[in-house]
Amino acid sequence: MEKLLSIIFIYILVDNFVFQRFFGICPFLGVSRKMETAIGMSMAVVFVMTLATLATWLIYTFVLVPFNLSYLQIVTFILVIASLVQLVEIILRKISPTLYQGLGIFLPLITTNCAVMAVVLLAVRQEFSLLESVIFALAASLGFSMALVIMAGIRERQELAKIPAALKGSAVTLITAGILSLAFLGFKGMLTL
Amino acid sequence: MKVNNPYLQDLTQGIVKENPTFRLLLGMCPLLGVTAYIVNGLGMGLAATAVLIASNLVISMLRNFIPPQVRIPCFIVIIATFVTIIEMVLQAFQPVLYEALGVFVPLIVVNCIILGRAEAFASKKPVLRSLSDGIGMGIGFTLGLVILATVREIIGQGTIFGPDPESAIHLFGANYEPMALFAQPAGAFIALGLLLGMVNVIFKRFNI
Repeated sequence: MEKLLSIIFIYILVDNFVFQRFFGICPFLGVSRKMETAIGMSMAVVFVMTLATLATWLIYTFVLVPFNLSYLQIVTFILVIASLVQLVEIILRKISPTLYQGLGIFLPLITTNCAVMAVVLLAVRQEFSLLESVIFALAASLGFSMALVIMAGIRERQELAKIPAALKGSAVTLITAGILSLAFLGFKGMLTL
Repeated sequence: MKVNNPYLQDLTQGIVKENPTFRLLLGMCPLLGVTAYIVNGLGMGLAATAVLIASNLVISMLRNFIPPQVRIPCFIVIIATFVTIIEMVLQAFQPVLYEALGVFVPLIVVNCIILGRAEAFASKKPVLRSLSDGIGMGIGFTLGLVILATVREIIGQGTIFGPDPESAIHLFGANYEPMALFAQPAGAFIALGLLLGMVNVIFKRFNI
């Protein structure tokens, strides 16, 4: 229990995936312009990341390790993520068209979201158990969502701000992310696994 | 100056005009994640370049055989194969670098530059042009990594070619207190933001 709680705390605040580990920067910069899209993307990421970690953990432990195939993990994991995203898309379209309308456009983007790949690789590398892996994925994706939503809130206000011409666009977004990351540095070292 | 040679054009396009780091803003995760030291940045750049060249070549060769409906999974499998090879090579011959790059080595597989070039260029163009595009984009990405790493290492550590004490050159002598912020993740974001601003100014000035 203690370990589970510390995993949650660490990967949401201390070791935030975006601000401290640099995973998922592309969607972080790409879809943080509007709050609405940021929330949509966040929900899709939480969903896919947790499912992907569950699936890859089971495949890794019960297929790759017993057959001595762990060198195939990159190929296997990326295929699992890609097909899982496709599957989720198909199922969602069938059972919940409203949810599909919200998440639909973000799902294909998730295949190349390195945060998802990072989570499944790290879960295996840190030798988490199944429950720990799933909690880890949930915490990491919630941390990612929090970063995305904070950033979207700031960027919506930045639209109206006067920014030096050279820094307009991505440059100022990166500097803002840097300052946010600086704020999260305050949690550094609070807890380690 | 007008360049008519298409191979040369493909090559230079990735380095300057469509530089993946400073113009297209692709491959941001490794760019920010491994650039605390120049050596790590260079290693990451070369590893990604090797994968990019190999995947561009193979995908371009197979472009008439891959059915368009399933092309993305096919590209991903080809890229993942080369990433696995590079990971094994690094692990065997450069264990220190492999440790330093950590999870960012397998993450080359989701680097948007590689899949992006496969989709936008290699799947449509002949083999030799895809090769020069791969080399150009690879050099452009490596250049971005090395520039950011140079800034961060000089300011954040006061050295170049660290962290190995044998190769590290201390630039400012013993009295220099490095600005630790630039070795931290926050410094990576800020340094890249400022560099982007600078590149924007330079490109505007020379009308590129």
